Amino acid sequence: MKDQSFTPDQFTKLGNDKKSSEPVVRESISAWKDAWQRLSSNKIAMLSLIILLLVSLMAIIGPHISGQDFQTNHLKEKNLSPSGTYWFGTDDLGRDLFSRTWMGAGISLQVGLYAALADLALGVIIGGIMGYFGGRVDEILNRFCEILYSIPSMLIIILLIVIMSPSMFTIVLALSITGWISMAWIVRGQIIQLKNQEYVMAAQALGANTARILFRHLIPNAMGPIIVTLTLTVPSAIFAEAFLSFLGLGVQSPAASLGTMINDAIKAWTLYPWRMIFPAAVISITMLCFNIFGDGLRDALDPKMKK
Amino acid sequence: MVKYILKKFLSMFVSLFVLASATFFLMKIIPGDPFLKEKAIPEKIKEHLFAMYGLDQPVWKQYLMYLNNLLHGDLGMSMKQQYMSVGRIIKDSFIYSAQIGLFAVIVSLAAGLILGIIAALNHRKWLDSVTIIIAVLGVSIPNFLAASILQYVLGSKLQWLNVSGLNDPTDFIMPVLALSFLPAAFIARLTRSTMLEVLSADYIKTARAKGLSGRIILVRHALRNAILPVVTYIGPMTANIITGSVVVEQIFGIGGIGKYFVQSITNRDYTLIMGLTLFYGIILMAARFVTDVAYGFVDPRIKLTRGGGKG
Repeated sequence: MKDQSFTPDQFTKLGNDKKSSEPVVRESISAWKDAWQRLSSNKIAMLSLIILLLVSLMAIIGPHISGQDFQTNHLKEKNLSPSGTYWFGTDDLGRDLFSRTWMGAGISLQVGLYAALADLALGVIIGGIMGYFGGRVDEILNRFCEILYSIPSMLIIILLIVIMSPSMFTIVLALSITGWISMAWIVRGQIIQLKNQEYVMAAQALGANTARILFRHLIPNAMGPIIVTLTLTVPSAIFAEAFLSFLGLGVQSPAASLGTMINDAIKAWTLYPWRMIFPAAVISITMLCFNIFGDGLRDALDPKMKK
Repeated sequence: MVKYILKKFLSMFVSLFVLASATFFLMKIIPGDPFLKEKAIPEKIKEHLFAMYGLDQPVWKQYLMYLNNLLHGDLGMSMKQQYMSVGRIIKDSFIYSAQIGLFAVIVSLAAGLILGIIAALNHRKWLDSVTIIIAVLGVSIPNFLAASILQYVLGSKLQWLNVSGLNDPTDFIMPVLALSFLPAAFIARLTRSTMLEVLSADYIKTARAKGLSGRIILVRHALRNAILPVVTYIGPMTANIITGSVVVEQIFGIGGIGKYFVQSITNRDYTLIMGLTLFYGIILMAARFVTDVAYGFVDPRIKLTRGGGKG
């Protein structure tokens, strides 16, 4: 075979002729931009997002703007209805309900947020391992998850809190001990689906190591369903905390979550309805907005899942 | 099919065993003994109490005893309810919880399916919107709030119904409504979305092209397929109704299992907590087992898939 070699003069430079290339009809948009466009055109979801941001803002500044402390007892001013001094009224110990409601909203949101983040961390790590390695590792971990999942989670949560004595930390811990499993399964499913795609093979061929493939390629691509699950975990954690409060296993006094406030108010709520109405309204609106926003997010991030 | 059922049954048994063991050892971790909070009791009586509950034995022996008792259906004695047996408490109170729970299941299924079907058939019309609003509200309003509002409006204000108790047949209305709100909303949403999917499927078009009447298509073709996801919801629905019943029984003053469960937790009545946890566990796992088996029957495709697990 004749040895073939090229010299520079055999090449001619072609200009960047835009006319000869295929015309770009539309600006190319990334998947995230596309999702954002879809989300921002969903008016109800955007409204929910705005309300959620407002609630979060009030949870931060709310306890400080009425000039009343959330835990000071005014024993001569018990169960007052809303007024100029006490905007949301006072409770059975004469504590300012405006400050308490927003403080409680903050704690409820924190419980939801931390529980979701803990689920995310555990779920992504374990689900990622299951999906990426497959085989024996996957089988053993999956078996373990199945057994854990088959035990009614609320029962385990209650038992754990009875033992550890209730606080925000133990509540989040108990919620995430059982909560990460569905997240792990979602991540696992995504990874299995994604790992046979060509770009992963290309990365492998280029010598990328396991961690890089997992964190740079697989996890970002699996992000959509993960974010959606995360958004919907927050309200269910808030719900769970409210239920625990009902059993007397919620955040303990003088701190309060919306759940504990409602539980305190429920006993005499026909007499002092405002003690119930404000925290109940905040928790319901928050849950509603999280659910609507979560649905909108799902439609935006994963058009295939759209119903 | 038999193999599939057998496998599911076995896994239910394993889960129950894990739950039973977990409850036992979790309760053992708690420092102090159950009689610590009571008035100082003479050493002699304390020894007697310990012997009575088997607390003087080593832990592994207690564990074996506990498992052995469980196999014979003996859940032990309550430590605070005037020394009643846990089995007795369950026997006395379960009837109330079972009644409202069962009614709630029926109401949720009926309301959810009907709402879902109506919404799907009137896609993008006002009936559809109403259903969506109900469904979203249903999953957003905590059940203790729903129960309190019902109690306030129908009980205290309008005085149509008794505020609490479970003596008249009409007394069932409020607890059952409060309990069914969330599951009904969920089922409506589920039914609506699957109905919409099914109604646009090719086999529905084929059925229509064959000239079948609308009702036959709806019942024989659409509904049958749309009901599948609802079957998988039986398990979670039972869980919802049980946690809900704990709240609802407390609010409406019904002496069901939920009320004892709350009491056992506030009193730190460990044997009762353990017993009721296990009892709830058995019901929930049985519900999940029924779901699995029912799904196997309704969906012929399940036979082809090997093993359980998700994804």
